[in-house]
Amino acid sequence: MEDLEHILAEQPFFAGFSAEHSRLVAGCARNHRYDAGEYLFREGESADEFFLIRHGQVALEMVAPGRTPIVFATLGEGEIVGASWLVPPYRWMFDARAMALTRAIGIDAACLRGKCEADHHLGYEMMKRFTPILVQRLHATRLQILDVYGKR
Amino acid sequence: MAAAPQPDPFVPQLYRVTRARRELADTATLQLVPLAGPRPHFEPGQFNMLYAFGVGEAAISISGAADAMSFLHTVRDVGAVSGAIAKLKTGATVGLRGPFGTGWPVAAAQGADIVFVAGGLGLAPLRPAIRQVLADRRRYGRVVILFGSRNPKDMLYRRELEQWRQRLDVDIEVTVDHADADWHGSVGVVPALIRRATFDPRDTIGLTCGPEVMMRFTVSALLEAGIAADRIYLSMERNMKCAIGLCGHCQFGPAFVCRDGPVMRFDRIAEFFAVREI
Repeated sequence: MEDLEHILAEQPFFAGFSAEHSRLVAGCARNHRYDAGEYLFREGESADEFFLIRHGQVALEMVAPGRTPIVFATLGEGEIVGASWLVPPYRWMFDARAMALTRAIGIDAACLRGKCEADHHLGYEMMKRFTPILVQRLHATRLQILDVYGKR
Repeated sequence: MAAAPQPDPFVPQLYRVTRARRELADTATLQLVPLAGPRPHFEPGQFNMLYAFGVGEAAISISGAADAMSFLHTVRDVGAVSGAIAKLKTGATVGLRGPFGTGWPVAAAQGADIVFVAGGLGLAPLRPAIRQVLADRRRYGRVVILFGSRNPKDMLYRRELEQWRQRLDVDIEVTVDHADADWHGSVGVVPALIRRATFDPRDTIGLTCGPEVMMRFTVSALLEAGIAADRIYLSMERNMKCAIGLCGHCQFGPAFVCRDGPVMRFDRIAEFFAVREI
């Protein structure tokens, strides 16, 4: 647990967290290791955990019938994988595949949601960190949809 | 002794296409050599007006020089004139006026970190600046090249990007907007790479070129990273006709892009940058 607390404290995502909040989050965390090609989760599965990448690279992809999977984003060291754990019905809307050997910290969603309900200061700290990520990804998605490199 | 008369800026000089290289399905790079006299000096970032006889004239950025005698122009077929130019074969003749406009602050950036952010065909006007910096690498701090493309298939100058990536003294990241699972690189928009790049924002010059929407997001990300507005440069694109600031077609606020640009310092155009009417 102390190791995980230490590891989490070094991640930019948790910068500024109090020791108490770090301890609470670490209580919901565990280490994961994924080989290249292994999936962190698949579309439709229960979003009962989200991930902070320590090393490696993860592709977010969607599958259309009869087509090879379409990768719409890749995430690397220090980045968060997954926001579906925040909103009901807590189901993944895409696949997450390790592109290389990837080490990540998984944070149990039900555990953390419970702690955020019990301690709204913790919940607010989490929201302050998640909201900018969601906004950045929304902006990036808009830019992708605009297809700015295509012919006008 | 009287100075040699300057050529009339409205009269095209004749150039021969000595090499035409297909880059992408709709994009070609032409090597142009003057039929008479030396090739004029150019600064990275400047443009020439290329004239396809019987079709018309278009402003095309200089994308490099194969040697002291030639210009390189990478042209994408997006209309009648650019299409005619992009389809020119080796041996063809083209009219050329220029070079015109402002260049990238390559010399002024010496001693500082330098971040290039290019999107799509925007790599073409930045390429001569990148080549110049890499040729004089010891004069610069950290050199970061960030490039975004539509997909892996439409990646401009792929071979040269791979050569740059092999260098140990350059940080280069390439991303694409969309890919299938065969692509092992980054997927996402190029401004997002800025957050992951390493440079000293207090002593960094940021240069960006690409579609204007992409540059808006890029400038925002560079500012967010801590680079001051007066250290960010972008290459603007407007409808250039005369190329010498007379006709007004490329007016951008109080400036003319052909004369005061295309490379412009962001703090000087910030108030006009988001005004959609200009």
